[in-house]
Amino acid sequence: MKRRSLLQLMAVASLVPFGVTACGSGSDAAASGTVRVTLANHVWTEGIKAAIPEFEKESGLKVELTQLGEDQLSDQYNVKLNAGSDEIDVMMYRPLQEGKSFAQNTYLADLTGHVTSNASWGWDDYQAGPKTASTFDGKVVGVPIITEREVLYYRKDLLEAAGIQVPKTMEELESAAKAISEANDGVAGFVARTNKSAAVTQFSSFLYSFGGDFMDSSGKSAVSSDAAKKAYAYYGGLIHNYGPENVSTDMSWPEAMAIFTQGNAAFYTEADSLYKNATDPSKSKVSDKVGFAPIPAGPAGSKPYNIPSWGLAINSASANQENAWKFIEWATTKERTLAAQKAGVPGPRASVWADPDGTSTYPKDLAAAIAVSAKNGVGHDRPLVVTVGKAREIVGGPIVTAITGGDSGAAADEANTAFGKFLESDGK
Amino acid sequence: MFAAPAMIFVGLLIIFPLVWTIYLSLTDSHGSVRAPSQFIGFANYMEVLSDTERFWPAAGRTAYFTITALAVEVVLGMIIALLLWRPFRGEKWVRVAILLPLVATPVAVGMMWRLIFDPNMGFANQMLGWIGIPAQPWLSGQSTALPTTIFMDIWQWTPMVVLIMLAGLTSLSDEPDEAARMDGANAWQRFFFVTLPLMMPTVIVAILLRSIDALKTFDILYATKGKGGGSFHEVETLNIYAYGLSFDYNEYGLSSAVLMIFFFIIIGVMWILTRRKKGIK
Repeated sequence: MKRRSLLQLMAVASLVPFGVTACGSGSDAAASGTVRVTLANHVWTEGIKAAIPEFEKESGLKVELTQLGEDQLSDQYNVKLNAGSDEIDVMMYRPLQEGKSFAQNTYLADLTGHVTSNASWGWDDYQAGPKTASTFDGKVVGVPIITEREVLYYRKDLLEAAGIQVPKTMEELESAAKAISEANDGVAGFVARTNKSAAVTQFSSFLYSFGGDFMDSSGKSAVSSDAAKKAYAYYGGLIHNYGPENVSTDMSWPEAMAIFTQGNAAFYTEADSLYKNATDPSKSKVSDKVGFAPIPAGPAGSKPYNIPSWGLAINSASANQENAWKFIEWATTKERTLAAQKAGVPGPRASVWADPDGTSTYPKDLAAAIAVSAKNGVGHDRPLVVTVGKAREIVGGPIVTAITGGDSGAAADEANTAFGKFLESDGK
Repeated sequence: MFAAPAMIFVGLLIIFPLVWTIYLSLTDSHGSVRAPSQFIGFANYMEVLSDTERFWPAAGRTAYFTITALAVEVVLGMIIALLLWRPFRGEKWVRVAILLPLVATPVAVGMMWRLIFDPNMGFANQMLGWIGIPAQPWLSGQSTALPTTIFMDIWQWTPMVVLIMLAGLTSLSDEPDEAARMDGANAWQRFFFVTLPLMMPTVIVAILLRSIDALKTFDILYATKGKGGGSFHEVETLNIYAYGLSFDYNEYGLSSAVLMIFFFIIIGVMWILTRRKKGIK
């Protein structure tokens, strides 16, 4: 009797998802005419999706597309790649977020031979930063497809009404945010991401512009340096003092962008690759009133991040790697990169940026801001470690403390200790 | 022979993951479960049990979430079931309306409430504004986030308790109630001394089913606050914590230890509840 009731109990209690870490493995599918491609929800994906029939016609291959949100995509990779599954051939991934960990775990196939074998496709045409971010231990493991820099989004009408020039320095930005929020009831002076982890990337441009970084040149934690403390206090202070009235500490870009596009904020700092959300009349109430400028200069100048946010890679367990490369090669040609860039996706190819056609569809001030940011940019927007998720949580702590009006200096000291400890064990 | 499918099911879907999770919990598996890992005995368990920063607060939140949601759902479920017990006009419509939250997907429910409770543009604060009450932080407040998610759980799952209670009430014989009425007992007395004791087995079933569900709540919390349960881990329960350890930190050994401890907590709770149910029978 006792044994039976224990079994019953265990059957009931097994409803808890204790199986999350125990995953099945894939089958041994041989190379096939179907390329299984997993992509993230992104403007780039929309463009490529529409062009896939062309590829299928040209190559005679069939493309099976899976499209997921960022978090779901990341979770799915963790499960499937961990299990050695061959169900994914081509994968869209974030070189700075997952690149190091995936490459270290040998989830990504070595593409060095592929990228160097076809001169007309042109690996040499790729900007240096994105190339470095897609390389691990001297081997190319991904092809960058989207680059990003942080820029300042602002409301031209509000600035004009207040008689304020576009801010060029951090002091000017703060005083403009103050003046506009005081003059316009219900309109925030400044909005940006507030979630501890999501805000790290956008905070990074402020950190660099104040002269700081997440780690020093010897790889030690630097989040409690004077520059970092000032940057934390400044970024959090802007939102605390001049941000939306009931500011949430959970905002990633969709929430912060919504506040800006609803007309409820004067300034917003965000990735340039998301600009269509602000200028598209079907998404933005202020589409015709949005202006763009480079990140205002701090004590160390204007230093935004300039990074490859997404790349394409091949699953090392895939039995269809040759066909997978055919897809990547086609999706990343100069022509396709130009088409994507004209549709609003800043690409990684130098020739496309040099081509006037490449920036013809961009608002003039945005193209100018991108050019400045590309020149001054820093090649990372988060700590370059293996366990990026954990690192972001640690270094993002003081941002939230500052946003909620707490002692961000003390929080930075605390984060510095925790981050130092983390760096010692990262990747073990 | 006839038991073979059941044996295969239990073996593949219950025993194997359980044994694999126990194995992982005794190793330092991290980064990738395919990477070589070392057997480290109970070190993960020691680390988890001495973690006062994330594990114990998460365990506390799990208990708070479960007990509060359960208590409100059982009381509210019983009240609504009593109101629906006797036939009335429009009874069918009311029953259908009550069941609506139950058929919605928890993730969709979470996303819907997230929009309603948005501090700046949400309908909840707009409504408060109409009646002159200042805007509330709801999901974005450190102290209000967990109660708000509890409210969402109550909204979604009270109908299930109503269903169970109604099934129990309709199966009760009318005679004890009639006898009490003849003896002059008022409605309250009849409920507390006749109906409720007779309903106790049903109440325990409702508690058993809901407590398992509430303990392992994930969708609503993840859909509203994301990884880590918010910037201050304000809604991080054991499930959310274990998920983050696996999918954000890639700490498979630690995550498995948390899940095993959680598993034993659930076994313990179920054991207590099933003993209580036997006692009542």
